[in-house]
Formats: sequence, C-alpha cells, structure tokens
Amino acid sequence: MIPPRFDYVRPSSLPDVLRILREREGEAKLLAGGYSLIPVLKLRLASPGLLVDLRDVAGLDAIVETDDNIRIGARATHRQIVENALLADRYPIFAEAGATIGDPQVRNWGTIGGSCAHADPAATWPAVLIATRSALVARSEAGERTIPAREFFLDTFTTALTSTEVLTEVRVPRPGRRSGGAYAAIERKAGDFPTAGAAVQLRLGDDGRIAEVGIGLTAVAEAPFAATEAEALLVGATPDEATFREAGRAAAAQSRPTSDSHGPADYKRAMAAEMTVRALRRAVARARGEA
Amino acid sequence: MTTQHVRLTVNGQPMEADVEPRMLLVHLIRDVFRLTGTHIGCDTSHCGACTVLVNGESAKSCTMLAVSADGAEITTIEGLAQGPNLHPLQQAFWDQHGLQCGFCTPGMIMEAAWLLARNPDPTEQEIREGISGNLCRCTGYVNIIKAIQQAAAELRAAAEAPAGTAGAAAS
Repeated sequence: MIPPRFDYVRPSSLPDVLRILREREGEAKLLAGGYSLIPVLKLRLASPGLLVDLRDVAGLDAIVETDDNIRIGARATHRQIVENALLADRYPIFAEAGATIGDPQVRNWGTIGGSCAHADPAATWPAVLIATRSALVARSEAGERTIPAREFFLDTFTTALTSTEVLTEVRVPRPGRRSGGAYAAIERKAGDFPTAGAAVQLRLGDDGRIAEVGIGLTAVAEAPFAATEAEALLVGATPDEATFREAGRAAAAQSRPTSDSHGPADYKRAMAAEMTVRALRRAVARARGEA
Repeated sequence: MTTQHVRLTVNGQPMEADVEPRMLLVHLIRDVFRLTGTHIGCDTSHCGACTVLVNGESAKSCTMLAVSADGAEITTIEGLAQGPNLHPLQQAFWDQHGLQCGFCTPGMIMEAAWLLARNPDPTEQEIREGISGNLCRCTGYVNIIKAIQQAAAELRAAAEAPAGTAGAAAS
C-alpha cells in the first residue's frame, strides 16, 4: 500500500514547527513515530498536504520531575516510558500499561504524544492519563495551554487540539502517600489493541478507606473516558471485593461499546467490569505496599 | 513529482537516492537499493517481515518513510554476515530448523539481533516477548526460539573469548 502524495519537511526547532502549522493551517499533519499516522496514510483515511516530521526537534522527549508533577515529553517513546526509573518508582502504572502497547518495534518508535494526538478509541495511554488526572500541554504561536486529560479525548480520532497546536508534554501530578495504580486489559492476541482496558490510580486515607480514585477506560466507547460513576461510589468506601465489583458494574454501565471483531458489545461491557475490578485490586495492593 | 534527496548508511555503505516523500523505507531498501532480503508481508505494521535496524533500533520498514530515514544508519539481513561466515543467528536458524518457508526469517533474525544486543542472555519468555511483533505462519516458533537461544549462547561465548578469537564462534 502506498500513501497518497504529500509534501514533507523536517524542521529542527519548535518555533519553525509552529510557524509551518500556521502557514499551512488545516493542511499539515505532525509525524512522530509514525506507527499511527503511516498506517492511516496507507489506508488513505487521511490525505494531508504536508507532513511535518518532528524527529529533529530537540527537547521533546525528556522525562523529568518538578515540585508538582512529572513531565513526559510528547515524543518520548513507549519504550522510554516503560524503562524510565523515575516513573517506575512513582507510577508503576506507566510501565505496566506501556508494556502492553503493540510490540517491541512499535514501542521503539511510537510515542506517547503521537498516540494521544491520534486518539484511537482503544489506545492505552489516554486511559492512564485519565486515571492519573494528568494534563496535556499544547503549544501554538499564540502560547501554551494545559488541557486536562478528561477534557482532551473528545471522540474517535478527535481531540481538543487545534490544527495550529503541537502537543509538547504530558504532566502527571505527583502521587500522594499510600498511592497505587494499575492497568488491566484483555487483548485477543499479543500486541493487539485491547478489547477492554481499565486504568486505576488511587490513594488510601489514614483510615484505610479510598480517599481519591481515578478510573480511565479504553476500547469500550467512542473515546477513552473517565468512569466517573464508579469513582463516585468508591471515594470514602472500604476497598474490598464487594466494593470493587460494584465499581466494576458502574464502569460497565457507563461504557458504550460497539460489537466488532473484538467481540459483541455485551461481552465488552462484561470485560470493562472485570478489568476495572482487576485494576482496582492491584492498585489497592500497591497502595498498601503489598505488591 | 517532487523528490527529496536522502543519504543514509546501509550495512556500512553510504547510499543515496532521490525519493518521493511518500516512499516507504522498505521500498527504498528493496526497489531502489535492490536489497531484497527484507520482505514485505502484511504491509500494515503487524507481521514484522520488513524489520530492519534504524540507528540500532528495530523498526518495521513498511511503517517508516524513506525521507524520515535520511541520515540514519540502516542494517538489513544482508549486513549481518561477515564475508563467507554466516552470522551466529543465521547459522542457528539453519542448525535448529528455525524456518520452513523462510518468508518471515529476515525480519525474525533482525528482531532477534536487536533483542540480543540489548539482552545477551534472555529467558525463553523474554525471547517470546521480544519476537511478539514478528509473525511466523509455519513453525509455531519453537525452533525459532531454540535458534535464538543457540545464537545467544554463541554470541556470549564470543564476547567472553580473548580478543582475536571471537571470530571462531561465528564460523
């Protein structure tokens, strides 16, 4: 399969990228790892007039910690994130989720920013960013704005980014004491997109009850979303199996899967519940220091 | 048709070409440079038959533009053997019957080369996960895994051998 014709530029600085996006507004698409965009081009689902390759733009792939958050550069690859010691220490959910994305070749080149900007409804990172209440930073010539993950993924392949913005960074708030997170997903075969996936990040209070919780679900709606009803019933609750089951049912009730080659909608809803339960169990165990 | 000039190093040799921006790296390798060891299987980023190393990292060359590889160092299956000696991975695939039809083999070997460069002593599980982006429809992977284990052992032995004798393990 051959992509349609396009022009190609490879600027070496972010200001150049932003200028090009303004000058060719609506016509230009950003290229990072390519593992989402190139298949889309080959299938001719998109025909951009210009590809702006970000590979020469320095400073977009760092993973650093500040007083408030951990910042992941948008061009950090899945593998960089999976292997990052800082994230492994603060947020095991990132390595756990990242290791399920695609296969080694995909993880060598695919990036967190590319995945989020592409916004596949079954993508992994959006669920993790929703669960961790992270934010995405968008830059344009007009300046920078920070968009909560919960307001970023609007629809299938549709985000809050405008056509003159570059996604530059993901900001993950620093986890509090007695925090834990986990990602659980079911896939038909190794490396496939999940049939259903659940990301959970929570914090236990001194009384052992759930003080804060975020749940992001993927592959079971037109876009990844926050399971807000499950979150609401978990806050203040004792983290036990009955509560996890109830939260699973609430998450499933909020999902809107469609029947496709991954399975019928009822099955996906059941899997959304089950993955939520599994992620909750593991997140609580981690928060207690048991896993 | 607008073309762009690309210069890259392929198997240690400087190479250049004028390419359309939409040309995929695998087409540059096969159709322009005539290195047809790299195969096109699914053409949808799933099967891994087109796997090559780009700056040392394994990549599916059907999912990278040739223009994006401008300036890169590429290693294909043709770049592994040293003169008449097969690379230990190639020899091990032969010894262990790690192929039947052979279509997936170049990609499988390149991915294994990447894996062993990062992890010289992988467990069976790590090998299985390491080649999870490469599909074989003949062998069921058992002999492929044996081949990668054989090559890993030989490469480790060669790395530990005194200087000047490393070639012996490969022959």
